[in-house]
Amino acid sequence: MEGALIPLNRLAIGKLGRVKYLTALGEAKRRMLDLGLVADTPVEALRKSLSGDPTAYRIRGAVIALRSEEASKILVEID
Amino acid sequence: MGLTAQSTGSGALKNDLQPRAFGPGELVVALAGNPNTGKSTVFNSLTGLRQHTGNWPGKTVAGARGKYQFRGKNFILVDLPGTYSLLAHSVEEEVARDFICFGGAGVTVVVTDATCLERNLNLVLQILEITPRVVVCVNLMDEAARKKIGIDLDGLGAVLGVPVVGTNAREGRGLVELKEAVFRIAVGLEQPQPFPVIYEPAVEEAVRLLAGPAGEVLKHRVSGRWLALRLLENDKGIVHSLEGHLGVDLSRDPVLNILLEKAARKLGSNVQDVIATAVVRRAEEIAAKVVCPENRPLSRSDRGIDDLVTSRRWGVPIMVAMLGVVFWITISGSNYPSKMLAAVFFRVEGWLTALFAAAGWPGWLHGLLVLGVYRTLARVVSVMLPPMAIFFPLFTLLEDLGYLPRVAFNLDNLFKKARAHGKQALTMCMGFGCNAAGVISCRIINSPRERLIAVITNNFVPCNGRFPILITLSAIFIGGAAGGFHSLAAAAAVLGTVIFGVLITLGVSRLLSATILKGLTSSFILEMPPYRKPQVGRVLVRSLLDRTLFVLGRAVVVAAPAGLAIWLMANIQAGGMSLLDHGAVFLQPFAGRIGLDGYILMAFILGLPANEIVIPILIMSYLSGGAMLEPESLEDLRRLFAANGWTGLTAVCAMLFTLNHFPCGTTLFTIRRETQSAKWTLVSFLLPTLTGITVCFIVAQAARLLGLV
Repeated sequence: MEGALIPLNRLAIGKLGRVKYLTALGEAKRRMLDLGLVADTPVEALRKSLSGDPTAYRIRGAVIALRSEEASKILVEID
Repeated sequence: MGLTAQSTGSGALKNDLQPRAFGPGELVVALAGNPNTGKSTVFNSLTGLRQHTGNWPGKTVAGARGKYQFRGKNFILVDLPGTYSLLAHSVEEEVARDFICFGGAGVTVVVTDATCLERNLNLVLQILEITPRVVVCVNLMDEAARKKIGIDLDGLGAVLGVPVVGTNAREGRGLVELKEAVFRIAVGLEQPQPFPVIYEPAVEEAVRLLAGPAGEVLKHRVSGRWLALRLLENDKGIVHSLEGHLGVDLSRDPVLNILLEKAARKLGSNVQDVIATAVVRRAEEIAAKVVCPENRPLSRSDRGIDDLVTSRRWGVPIMVAMLGVVFWITISGSNYPSKMLAAVFFRVEGWLTALFAAAGWPGWLHGLLVLGVYRTLARVVSVMLPPMAIFFPLFTLLEDLGYLPRVAFNLDNLFKKARAHGKQALTMCMGFGCNAAGVISCRIINSPRERLIAVITNNFVPCNGRFPILITLSAIFIGGAAGGFHSLAAAAAVLGTVIFGVLITLGVSRLLSATILKGLTSSFILEMPPYRKPQVGRVLVRSLLDRTLFVLGRAVVVAAPAGLAIWLMANIQAGGMSLLDHGAVFLQPFAGRIGLDGYILMAFILGLPANEIVIPILIMSYLSGGAMLEPESLEDLRRLFAANGWTGLTAVCAMLFTLNHFPCGTTLFTIRRETQSAKWTLVSFLLPTLTGITVCFIVAQAARLLGLV
């Protein structure tokens, strides 16, 4: 699976991915960029909430929870 | 029902940060920074605690102002909302951006977190594009040192081109240096020359072409380079703001528009990415130079705590248990001080009565002022102050610890299913203290639609004013049966009511999303900050000053005239009955159908100004004493209620109606202020009332059908 592009919400817990592309538009995209989610940023999936959504990710030293809708718009390459 | 900024309350926030006229010789300093950087601590340390009012959860949402003096100059410090960026279009970001651009601040201090500097540099670099008059405050240096993160402050100053000061605001370290750096820029002793972020050649070329004309149009009141970049990103918000603040309509400038069109065509559609990426890369570069080590693993203890408090098995039980413990401490801890206060007030009442008698003032005046106004006030203060003084600090402690974002994380999926915002969990928690405070805290939700849902449904969690009713009734009718575990059983009953309230909140939120507030959920991004050791002393002072006294003050203001009105109603006779009795008789047929009686409903209506007077009104009506009385014991109270026809069903319905009825006067007033709309205030009034009537009706009719009563 190395090198394959997957949406971030499908990144398994404990795995690392690198941001390749954002499919979000407008404000949603703006917010992702503001989190520092630019190309090649490493993201680690940390934990899922009780019912499986949202998921907490480690992004540039911070722990950020994203709902699956948002995470699905971030394409990552598995490290 | 349009969801314009005006109708949903961002107007209220904007008003808070309108650049007001500052006094002569006052130097304005803006305080910006990411959330969770200790910005509020810096603010408090610089200005002193007394300056700070209204610190609600998560962020400084209203622009707090404070003063300090340094080297004979008066500084006005304006605390801007915490933001990660100034480029998105949330109310906070626009407010912060507009204040930095147009607020007339001589200096902007950007507070950053030493433990994750790289991420904070994004905002620093953005602000440096707007104004060179910046001091970067690297806060939480002690925490960074504990985590073995080294930061080269001089190196950072050199690469940024502005003064950098390391602080540890909790202990007050570095603050003098910070004031000194601000002073030097404010009086012109130092004129920083920051190094701009350099973009790729095509963007730089476009900026070079646009910056001149853009600066010209605005008469150089705003940086031409910064404006050029925003125009290239097609930022409509800033065009709008320029029109509002400077009265300049950029779209009417033909030269600028032709240049812009040309540049945009050349650059293509991904300018936003290119610009944002360049800023992030620059932050990376700088961090690589000045931070050592660059990447640190997450704290192992934080991971451990998160594994537990957000785990599938323990997440919810821990949450419920914490809430239960907070209630239990509040209930059992406030009982004694409440009685003491009541005793003191009672003694003072005796003196007042003696004074009135000695002065020979008429009985009606004594009745009006002492039995009406004074007794109501005394009751409100003695019932409300102790639980608030216990509940708010406990709550602030959980907040300071960093636990609340985890609650939002746990509950988000439920709120998502209700098409509401995950942060509504936080505003709901605040509502336990005071619904008015909860309504104000809804400002942390960016989407207007979801903020309105949170505002309207906030009243479905009982506040401290309603807890006493729930506690009293559950103590009499539920705790009474539980023998030695009195306060535990009562706490459990209250907890059950609260959980029911949360379920109603979710249901009504879903209903609103499906009907009058249709729409999709907005994006949900929640930061879970590292756990921090709470500053117990500060928590006490801050929650007492900011929250307890603030909320109590407002309650007292409404309770005084209410006391007067209630005394009059109980004492003015018409046709052999007091006005209160007339009201109760009128309401009886309806009240009976929903499991209450006329007096109970009347008490809720008269309790509109402040819910804590509901039980006293009820007692006063049953005794027809014409003034509020305090029954000697809970047993007296039970006997009194039973003698007036109360059953278990009446108690249950009264508790349900306590949970679901119109918000109190203060809350309605706050909703009006926050939403700037009479319509949404009316919805907030009707919805809980109709819910309460429906729930009570179903329960009462079902119980009667089943022959339970």
